[in-house]
This record gives sequence, C-alpha cells and structure tokens, in this order.
Amino acid sequence: MTVTEKVADNIAITCRGLKKVFVLRNTRSMKESVVWLLTGRKGDLSRKFDAIKDISLDVVQGETVALLGLNGSGKSTLLKLISGVLQPDGGKVQTRGRVAGLIEVGAGFHHDLSGRDNVYLNGAILGMTEKQIDAMFDSIVEFSEIGEFIDTEVKFYSSGMYLKLAFSIAVHTDPEVFLIDEILAVGDEPFQRKCIKKIKELAAAGKTLFVVSHDLDLVSTVCERGVLLEHGKVVMDGEVHAVVKELRRRSETSEHEL
Amino acid sequence: MTATKSELSTPGSGRGLLDVYSNRFLLKLLVRKEIKVRYRGSVLGLLWSYVKPLMQFMIYFVALGIFLNLQKATPNYAIYLFSGIVLVNFFTETLGNSTRSIVDNRDLIRKIYLPRELFPVSTVLVSAAHFLPQVVILVGASLIVGWTPSVLQLLAAIAAFIIVAILGMGLGLLFGAINVYFRDSENIVDMILMVVTWASPVLYVWTMARDALGPWFIVYQANPMTVAVEIFHWAFWYPTLGANQVGMVELPPHLLTLWLPVSLVVSLAVLFGGQFLFRRLAVHFAQEL
Ligand SMILES: Nc1ncnc2c1ncn2[C@@H]1O[C@H](COP(=O)(O)OP(=O)(O)OP(=O)(O)O)[C@@H](O)[C@H]1O
Ligand SMILES: [Mg+2]
Repeated sequence: MTVTEKVADNIAITCRGLKKVFVLRNTRSMKESVVWLLTGRKGDLSRKFDAIKDISLDVVQGETVALLGLNGSGKSTLLKLISGVLQPDGGKVQTRGRVAGLIEVGAGFHHDLSGRDNVYLNGAILGMTEKQIDAMFDSIVEFSEIGEFIDTEVKFYSSGMYLKLAFSIAVHTDPEVFLIDEILAVGDEPFQRKCIKKIKELAAAGKTLFVVSHDLDLVSTVCERGVLLEHGKVVMDGEVHAVVKELRRRSETSEHEL
Repeated sequence: MTATKSELSTPGSGRGLLDVYSNRFLLKLLVRKEIKVRYRGSVLGLLWSYVKPLMQFMIYFVALGIFLNLQKATPNYAIYLFSGIVLVNFFTETLGNSTRSIVDNRDLIRKIYLPRELFPVSTVLVSAAHFLPQVVILVGASLIVGWTPSVLQLLAAIAAFIIVAILGMGLGLLFGAINVYFRDSENIVDMILMVVTWASPVLYVWTMARDALGPWFIVYQANPMTVAVEIFHWAFWYPTLGANQVGMVELPPHLLTLWLPVSLVVSLAVLFGGQFLFRRLAVHFAQEL
C-alpha cells in the first residue's frame, strides 16, 4: 500500500513522519542536576536515542497487520505511540474509533482484589462503561474458564488462569482498533487455539488488528499484511508471508555475521 | 460499518481534570479499590477508621486537657486541638499519597493511556473517605460538651474542607508530577507536612502567632491551611463554649469576609498552577517512569 498525503475515510490508523526520541538520563537526583547546572553544564547528563525514525504508515479499517522485527526494533514503542501512552517527538499519528491497547495483559490487575473486582477495574481501565461490563460479565467469565475462582483473590491464581482472565476481559472490550503486543501466547494449547479463533472472529467482524508477536507462524495465520521494522524504520511492508520470509532471511544473515 | 463515521483523533491528548469527570466510573472503582485493599483481611474493616481517631481524641482529652491542664488557658482544649488535627490529617494524607500516586501506578501509566489526573484525584477522594469518620468523632465529642452551631458556621466548615481539598489536590498534582523526574520531591513533601502542623494554629492559639510575627502575620494568615483551621475552630470549638468562657477567647478578625475568599483564591491558584505543570509533564510520564 502506498502512503499518500490525503487521509481516506476508511483509514483506522495513520502515521506521518513519526519520530520518537528517548532521552536516556544518567541521573535521577536533584543534587546531581544542580551540581551539573552550577558547574557550567560540563559533560553529558543525558544521551539521545532514536527509537522511531520517520515512520509513515496507514492502516485501513478491518485490516489485520502484523508488526514484525527483532528485539529492540521499536515495535512496542510504535504501539504505544498509537495508543497514546507515548507522545511523538515529530510527525503525527491519528486514529479513528476507540482503540484498545493491549500492550500487556493484566496491566491493571490488582493482586489483592478478587477476580470479579478485577474484571470491573480492568474493564473500566480499558474503556468499558459500567453497563457494558455488567452485560459482558458472564461472557467474560465463561471465556476465561475461571469458573468458581472468580471470587478468589487473583494472587491465588495460577499464571495461566491470570492471563486467561486478563485476555478474556481484553477481547470483550469491543473497540474498533486492537493493538496487541505479545499476548497471543497465553494459556495452554486449547486456550491458545480459542484465543486465535476469537481473534480471527474479531478480524472477520471488521475490527482492525495491529499485532506484535515473535511467533511468526501464528502471526501469518492471523494477519494478512506484514510490516517489518528495523532500528525504528519500516524496511518492508507487504503480504505477511513474504515479510515473514524476509525477516527469517535477515535474522539468518545476522547470525552468520556473529 | 459505523466506525467510518467517527472522526480521526490524536491519541493521548487529554483535557486534564475535565477528563476525570468523564471517567468517573473508573474513578469510583479506583477509590473503592484503595479502600478495599487498605482494610483487606481485617475483621473490623472500616470500623478501624472510627476507632483510631476516637483513641486519638481520648489521648488529647486525658493527657493534654487533664494531665497537662491545658484546659485552663483554652477551655475545651481537646475539641480545639482535635478540630484542627482532623483537617491537618486530611491535608497530610491527600498531599502525601497524591505525591506518590503517579510513581506508584507506573505499571499502568507505562502501558495504557488513561487521564493521569485520575490517580491524584482518587487519592483526594480516598483521604476524604478517611476524613469523614474523624468528623463524626469530632461532632460526637462536640455534642457531648454542648455544641450548638449556627447554619453559617456549618457552611463555613464545609467551605474550609473544600479549600483544603483544593489546596491538597493542587500541591498533589504539582509534586506528583515532579516526583516522576526527581524522587527527592517525596522528601520535600515530607518536610512540608512536618511544617504544616506548626504553620497553622493547631496546637497553639492564633493570637500567639499574631503577637510573635507582627507585620508578617498577614503572610501567616494568607496560608489557606491557617484559615481553614481557624474556621474549623470557629465552627466546632467556639459553639461549645459557655457564656462565661466566650469572653476569654479572641476570634481572628475578618475571618469570613476577607480571609475565606483570599484562601479560596490562593488554593485555586495553586490548583491551576499544579494542573498546568502536571499537564506539561504528563506527556512524558510513560517514558520517564
Ligand atoms: N522509556 C524508554 N526510555 C528509553 N529507552 C526506551 C524506552 N522505551 C523503549 N526504549 C528503547 O527503544 C528501543 C525500542 O524498544 P521497543 O520496546 O519498542 O522494542 P521492541 O521492538 O518492542 O522489542 P521486543 O521485541 O524485545 O519487544 C529499545 O532500544 C529500548 O531500549
Ligand atoms: Mg516489545
């Protein structure tokens, strides 16, 4: 897909010349900063790091996009820019409709609360209203397979149960755009199949999916389009199988270099 | 599809405190969570927040009022002391917790976009929930010694509470935001909280400050905490005094006509300043935490 200046009506996510610079500060105490100011700002108190360099990208409504790349290539950073957690240092990003950033499942869980309380808290954090949660509650519990444990404090859950409940809330939030970061590998095999089925259902229902995962086989069954990131730049954008192939080729050559 | 109708929007651009209002369901859950977690696993639960201030009041009454005989100089000294202390407690809890609120919720702030003002605001509400039982004890104790307040006094007390809430929230936003960058700010706040009890006439009578400060008394009086504490004295302690005792006490002049509006303005200025700085810094919270 080519990137044009005009934004069409059916665009769900659009990025134009997006930039993100992280300042890696070496100090976090007032004393050191004051000393640094008083001594005439000698030496570097901070270093700059370009995590996202000039990314332009459009995602059409209903499209399923896999964001691929090696560790540290800027995938999570891009997702955070789209969800609004981070603000860009250049360029702009816009979205249409409600965006649910599933940057990490269970981010809003509180260990000392019961599963039930956590469903409400996490649902509200992900932008659901009280009525929506009331209506979805049974369906959330059923999908999560938690059963009678719903009134137990979540600190007593096994890690799989914890993830199942969190994932179940996330898929029930019903936004237009889903941003998913590394959360497909939750639970045991049957539950994982169920998750993939659910995600495919979402895609079929016309939801826009933007998925980050290192599970290349899984991603190529769920997504149609692939975007390959390297050092904060888009190096390839096209049909997912071709992009996965390219990523595999690149990681092999980088192995040979070692 | 319905989604095509909605407009493009820039993610993460909030409207500050106004966004808190549109997220009031989440705010309610955050406050409830805080209270639930605090009393988790305790049999008496919320009852503790009545027992503790009651104990505190008894200590004042017996130790300071009777043993040290401070009743002599200040009649009903325990009520005098307690009515100031409850406000200071409220302020201390609000400011202390909201300063830590952003850093404490870093896991959430780093991963999901929410109006960040939610966290300081929810701590103000939690503190208010702990303030209420203390007021119940205060009212109970005052009634026992013959409290007969006027409507104006009750309204003034509510105004004083609102002023302290505004001040606490403003300073909480300010220090909560700075705390993300410099953890020193927690220690600065701890120092402010140490000073607060002495910077207002909580333990002593306001005339002592007037006599000692001279022309600087205006500065002392411009502190919203001072005004709020004086109003609480006027609303809770003054109406408990007998006819023969009223002559002994001197009330601060122009308390309602001048100082109440002044302290409201000062608190609002602090709130706007705090919110302004908070919004400027909130943009980078996620990457700095
Ligand atoms: N808050 C931050 N402050 C400083 N640097 C950061 C911050 N967040 C991310 N980075 C840096 O930005 C780069 C990209 O990080 P990012 O998390 O986007 O990588 P990723 O592609 O998601 O990697 P992975 O596959 O390991 O999840 C990394 O080098 C990381 O160190
Ligand atoms: Mg990542």
